[in-house]
Amino acid sequence: MAKEKKGVRLEHISKIYQDPKTKKDFYAVKDTSLDIEPGSFVTLLGPSGCGKTTTLRMIAGFESPDEGEIYLGGEPINALTPNKRDTAMVFQSYALLPHYNIFDNVAYGLKLRKLDKAEIKEKVTNILKLVGLEGMEARMTNQLSGGQQQRVALARALVLEPGVLLFDEPLSNLDAKLRVSMRTEIRRIQQEAGITAVYVTHDQSEAMAISDKIIIMEKGVVAQMGTPQEIYYHPTSEFVADFIGEANFLRGKMVSRNGSEGVADVNGSKVELSGLTGPQKAGDDCTLVLRPEAAVVADEGQLPCKVILSCFMGSYQNYHVMVGDTQVKVTDFNPKNKKIYEVGDEAFVKFDPESVHVL
Amino acid sequence: MARTQSADLDRKKFFADPIMVTTIAVLIAFLTLFILYPLAILLVDSFVTDQGPTLSVFRRVMGMSNFRRAITNTLKVGFLVGIASALIGLLFAYVEVYVRLRTKFMGGLFKVVSMLPVVSPPFVLSLSMIMLFGKSGIITRYLLHIYDNSVYGFWGIAIVQTLTFFPVCYMMMKGLLKNIDPSLEEAARDMGASRWKVFMTVTLPLVLPGLGNAFLVTFIESIADFANPMIIGGSYDTLATTIYLQITGAYDKEGASAMAVVLLCITLFMFILQKYWLEAKSTATLSGKASRARMLIEDKSVTRPLSILCSLLALFVILMYICVPFGALFRTWGYDFHLTTKWFVQVFKRYKGLKAFKDSFILSLIASPITALLSMIISYLVVKRKFKAKGFIEAVSMLAMAVPGTVLGIGYIRGFSAGVFRTGFLQGLYGTGAILIIVFIVRSLPTGTRSGISALRQIDKSIEESAYDMGADSFRVFMTVTLPLIKDSFLSGLVTAFVRSITAISAIILLVTPQYLLITVQINEFAEKGAYGIACAFATILIAITYSAVLLMNLVIRYFGTSRNYQES
Ligand SMILES: Nc1ncnc2c1ncn2[C@@H]1O[C@H](COP(=O)(O)OP(=O)(O)OP(=O)(O)O)[C@@H](O)[C@H]1O
Ligand SMILES: [Mg+2]
Repeated sequence: MAKEKKGVRLEHISKIYQDPKTKKDFYAVKDTSLDIEPGSFVTLLGPSGCGKTTTLRMIAGFESPDEGEIYLGGEPINALTPNKRDTAMVFQSYALLPHYNIFDNVAYGLKLRKLDKAEIKEKVTNILKLVGLEGMEARMTNQLSGGQQQRVALARALVLEPGVLLFDEPLSNLDAKLRVSMRTEIRRIQQEAGITAVYVTHDQSEAMAISDKIIIMEKGVVAQMGTPQEIYYHPTSEFVADFIGEANFLRGKMVSRNGSEGVADVNGSKVELSGLTGPQKAGDDCTLVLRPEAAVVADEGQLPCKVILSCFMGSYQNYHVMVGDTQVKVTDFNPKNKKIYEVGDEAFVKFDPESVHVL
Repeated sequence: MARTQSADLDRKKFFADPIMVTTIAVLIAFLTLFILYPLAILLVDSFVTDQGPTLSVFRRVMGMSNFRRAITNTLKVGFLVGIASALIGLLFAYVEVYVRLRTKFMGGLFKVVSMLPVVSPPFVLSLSMIMLFGKSGIITRYLLHIYDNSVYGFWGIAIVQTLTFFPVCYMMMKGLLKNIDPSLEEAARDMGASRWKVFMTVTLPLVLPGLGNAFLVTFIESIADFANPMIIGGSYDTLATTIYLQITGAYDKEGASAMAVVLLCITLFMFILQKYWLEAKSTATLSGKASRARMLIEDKSVTRPLSILCSLLALFVILMYICVPFGALFRTWGYDFHLTTKWFVQVFKRYKGLKAFKDSFILSLIASPITALLSMIISYLVVKRKFKAKGFIEAVSMLAMAVPGTVLGIGYIRGFSAGVFRTGFLQGLYGTGAILIIVFIVRSLPTGTRSGISALRQIDKSIEESAYDMGADSFRVFMTVTLPLIKDSFLSGLVTAFVRSITAISAIILLVTPQYLLITVQINEFAEKGAYGIACAFATILIAITYSAVLLMNLVIRYFGTSRNYQES
């Protein structure tokens, strides 16, 4: 349906703001380079204030970068105003035009493009069908539920068949259930329309669920970029590992290293590792990243531990154990026929060598 | 770290929008030419003569004892009026917000009081003051049998101005009191403080900056007021009237310019004090909305005296306004109380009333949509856009608020009678209806802009951004999104501008040529001659016009203005 899928490229983009209090300049986004492929769904993910919105607004044209150039479909667009850019944004607050009904909201951009009436009507009707709002054309925006308003905002952006769709936390005003169904919807529509999408959120499960690629940002810089699996299984920093999902960090020392195999010393215990990709040599300090669901508590295993919390959660048993003086979380799934350890029990943390990621 | 690239790009984006660039350029030219330039020329005029820069004009003016007296007079009146208005305003506001009013009647009274000064020409109270308390005043002569009472002078001006300006203070204070969190006062009450103590130790300190703000606003209004001192001042001259007489009576243009500069300095000083010091402070102590409804005072020993006091004051004000139409209906005020239509007939038959109304009406009708649109454009630029000249535009359009009409009038005379900088450029403007319209616009611009700005601040920035993002340029965004969303503010700006224009006098009286007859100028003329019947007839019709305009606006807003609904969401 889209005329032409367009990629977005950011080359060494920085944005400097002035702190209103101290009057000092600071980098809200610093030296960020991204290459977003045509037709892909890319999510900017990061804690509050890390520069996601700023990046998105630079792509939309509301803010101008202080360094670097932005390309849309290969064209540099730095000097273009938002109305001249082939982008369409879905705002967090929806930003529907409150004095227009649904039809006119969706038709607004088309009218500006001087399409004839019949064509506008056809396009609007089609897009409203796509987002599941047919028959609601005459309603005013304040007669819609949050989810419906959200869909109007989406339809309004989609109908323009933009090169890129931009979303700034579009689901954050919805309740948890609706959030899940709307994100599936957004993904479906994006794939159906085959449109490039840049999506901002600070909800990591949302990011995992809908993205082809996730870009993790920290304090204005890109911390890591990759598919959800890459980011989850091979985080390149503690920040990323901690931000995406839950992670235990075990400090240790490489004892030996042989290609992708190795042995580390953690708290006096030898831990065999495989699938190593990092540069650590024997003798280097290292940090083992262990996901809670990748480990179990057992009578034997790699790391001796003491249980300090044991809690039945239905689908899993939730343990907190001490390995030396490091607290480790373990979620042991499907606990029905397993031995349950109680607080105070001595046991072992057990995991597969490949499910540990080493930093 | 430098923000040069973004500044560069922002500039490029800005200039990619020719309509906006043109609008801003036109605005800057307008503000410079019709607000800054006339004020600047006053400075030049009073400091520079044929012999070069000199202080001789100022020395001469300050040497005039009547001018020095005018300065003290003005300050004295302003001070008293400021204090009295602020306190009466506080009283009314307190009673409305804190006291349980038993009757609908009281609520009605309050509403009328807050409404009257909006719809009436600012100087009708002087007329009624004279008719009630003057030599042939109904109250003095007929009720009290005092035959030589003089209302002219200090007390006359002070009372009339107080009654005219306190409703503004009342509305300001009401806004502040409503924002006080009731739990603050209840906490003090719980600890055993009496109501009076709570008022003095909690409520009053909280609204004190606001009270100061109201005082200064009224002070400025009082100092700038021309018509009341003109009608009821007698030989008690204020700055505004002295300047007027200096130019119309003594034809001393340099002297009048120098005096105008003095007056301007006083109001500017007050204005800056008010704007940058008290205005911010007055709301700073009050944290947004009250958390819940206030327990109204029911204690009879409090409610009785307060409501009686307020009712009496309100009734008195209303009586004074009512006096005006009656003044137009009695055969000879103070002597012959037979009803007659002769004054109204005379207005139209002998004194070209129809032309006066037509001229005033048409000029104001032309000025008001321009004013309303201009103020919305300025508010839009100030609130929603980023550009270099923004500070200039905002400052100058607010500055106009601090410029007394008389000063502006003198500035226009000096600035345009021989063309801009005496070059003959735009000389054709002088003496035309166009310059009157421009004065109307300049005089109403600040009020409109202020209301536009506060309306726009409530609209989520992303609504306009979304329109922009969908491909609309600034002009389209303004016309299809901004303006419809602040329709109410636009409409009320329209009517306010109309009412202010048709009731304006201070600047206009200096600039009007015989070609145009303006109602306010006529009223002033007849009142000065002592022809109160005619003056009242003119004033009555004027009030009828302005009142209908306001009614019409309310109707229109009720039926077409839905913007309130979506501003909240
Ligand atoms: N107009 C501005 N002026 C000054 N600083 C700003 C401005 N806009 C944003 N900032 C600052 O820039 C930084 C990045 O802001 P940004 O809005 O991009 O964060 P974000 O990642 O979208 O956060 P959130 O998840 O809370 O929306 C923040 O520190 C913010 O305070
Ligand atoms: Mg954000």
